[in-house]
Amino acid sequence: MNPLITLRIALRALMRNSMRSFLTTLGIIIGVAAVIAMMAIGAGARAQVQAAFAAMGTNLLILLPGSTTAGGSHGGFGSMPTLTWEDLTAIQVELSSVKAAAPTLRSNQSLISDENNWTTSVTGTSPEYFGIRNWPFENGAGFTQGDVTAGAKVVVLGKTVVDRLFGKRVDPVGQTVRVGNTPFSVVGVAAAKGQSSTGQDYDDAAFIPYTTFARRIQGGLSKYLSGTVFIQAVSTEQTPRALADITRLLRDRHKLGDGQEDDFSIRNLNEVAGAQQQGTDTITNLLASVAAVSLLVGGIGIMNIMLVSVTERTREIGVRMAIGAKPRSILLQFLIEALVLSVVGGIIGVVLGVGIATWLASKFQWPIQIQVDVISLSVGFSGLVGIVFGLFPARKASQLDPIDALRYE
Amino acid sequence: MPIIEITDVVKTYQTGDVEVHALRGVSLSIDEGEFVAIMGASGSGKSTLMNIIGCLDRPTSGAYRLAGREVSGLNRDDLAEVRNQVLGFVFQNFNLLSRTSALENVELPLLYRGIHGKERHRRAAAALERVGLAGRLDHTPNQLSGGQQQRVAIARALVGEPKVVLADEPTGNLDSLTSVEVMALFQELQSTGITVALVTHEPDIAEFASRVVVVKDGLILSDDRQTPSSARVALDELLAAKAAGGAA
Ligand SMILES: Nc1ncnc2c1ncn2[C@@H]1O[C@H](COP(=O)(O)OP(=O)(O)OP(=O)(O)O)[C@@H](O)[C@H]1O
Ligand SMILES: [Mg+2]
Repeated sequence: MNPLITLRIALRALMRNSMRSFLTTLGIIIGVAAVIAMMAIGAGARAQVQAAFAAMGTNLLILLPGSTTAGGSHGGFGSMPTLTWEDLTAIQVELSSVKAAAPTLRSNQSLISDENNWTTSVTGTSPEYFGIRNWPFENGAGFTQGDVTAGAKVVVLGKTVVDRLFGKRVDPVGQTVRVGNTPFSVVGVAAAKGQSSTGQDYDDAAFIPYTTFARRIQGGLSKYLSGTVFIQAVSTEQTPRALADITRLLRDRHKLGDGQEDDFSIRNLNEVAGAQQQGTDTITNLLASVAAVSLLVGGIGIMNIMLVSVTERTREIGVRMAIGAKPRSILLQFLIEALVLSVVGGIIGVVLGVGIATWLASKFQWPIQIQVDVISLSVGFSGLVGIVFGLFPARKASQLDPIDALRYE
Repeated sequence: MPIIEITDVVKTYQTGDVEVHALRGVSLSIDEGEFVAIMGASGSGKSTLMNIIGCLDRPTSGAYRLAGREVSGLNRDDLAEVRNQVLGFVFQNFNLLSRTSALENVELPLLYRGIHGKERHRRAAAALERVGLAGRLDHTPNQLSGGQQQRVAIARALVGEPKVVLADEPTGNLDSLTSVEVMALFQELQSTGITVALVTHEPDIAEFASRVVVVKDGLILSDDRQTPSSARVALDELLAAKAAGGAA
């Protein structure tokens, strides 16, 4: 028996009952649409978290002065500086697992242009900082090591600060901004980065050399580094090693004995990102399993209707057998009917699911991500559902005796 | 040369504790090109015999040779093939697929034979033309009269060029005029060499056959050859009488 001809027979049989065919497949349509929409939303959330952490910087460790208490919360931050500038140099020079390290000294300051003023977070740092945080420049460039050595009065502005001080679509490079009473020359504008995962605006910031910061804002360079250090490991695999290396180096330099706690703490942003991602993945998987269950229910719906259909069409089966249909043809016909129903339902479900996801994305500004592999998997799975749940009714139909089927009332 | 040859066929139905002996040892030989009418009282076993001849059912015991081949021991697949290639069926209640055009109904046996597109189409259309329904190809059964539906069923039976056409009370649901029309079609089939066997209750219908077999209580009571009357002539007479009646 030619499968193409059987396909034709099955399609004709489905067309004869197009309304019922549609209702039969509704379960699959809803199930697949739910899976697609859930996965698109989940993947979108995942990508957003990923992007937020990528914006922080990749393979990033943040070194904070002060110890962690026994309870795990961070205590004494800022109150008792324990990191020295020599510690930073040691980290930069001695550790092969560390690619770059930049100090960050922070203070909120009023910035004043000719027209406006704006209070923002001013960070004193080194040129490496922008590399560590994957932060390109929209205009101009960062300051240089020379600027750091000289304690130059140069500033890199974030996009929000530029907007506030100079207005949109203005290139402020070369202009002067006063920080407090000190005039700074704008050398660069950092490209827009958007918000952090906690909603903080990355672009509401200004950056100056840390030497300038220490002298102009902190009132002199001391032995201690009263801020944090951003450290980039050489690779994702090397990040845990970098963390261990830094810990060992600092404990050694601070002469901490075996029983003593660290007088600093290090946060591994990769781990935080991983934890957040696991959170979104868990929710996505939960939603997707609920959707998958509805897909299963859809499959049972198909089996149910196919069984009814076999009973209802017993005479038809008898007629087909009387004019020469082999049991195998009948089996194949009903199997293909179930398969067509579920696959067509799956395809309609994909379209519907993509539509729902797109609608949600535009209505609620949800970040969605439609994945081709999820689509092909859903259609494949609904096909499988069709075969599995179609097999029983199809077997039942094919095992009918022609004479019994013809006599069936 | 016999095309149908059944020997000592017994069919016993088991319903609960009761055994029903529908056929008690029937032997019957039908030659190629014969037109046999099977008659008998209700419950005498006509349909049972017909179903066995039609390979829809298997005898409890006995032998059956169809077109020179022993078929009583064939499996389901082989029987399906025999029904598709050698036999054509016409039922009392037409048994057309609903919501399916006349053409598609007639195409069905060819579809199961694996005959493709154009050829299948052409042959089905030709079969419908042969039964006088050339203009009704796209009609579905509920758009056709009983007589027309039965003609579609006959077209479906003959489209595969069978050796034997079997019909169980094909005129049972039709009025006398359409019954004669249908019988004229069967006589035409016979004239092209097809063997026809049909079950009927009505002696008027049996007149058009060349042989009448009477069954009683699962046995053959009588088996007589006769000169058939022409259904064409009978039809013309009926139509003339109707026209006269209408004029009067
Ligand atoms: N599937 C079956 N199970 C049990 N008994 C059956 C079955 N089919 C037929 N019979 C019995 O076999 C006998 C012959 O039945 P059959 O249908 O051949 O009669 P028939 O001559 O065709 O009658 P009618 O003219 O009413 O159609 C009857 O007594 C009937 O009750
Ligand atoms: Mg009967």
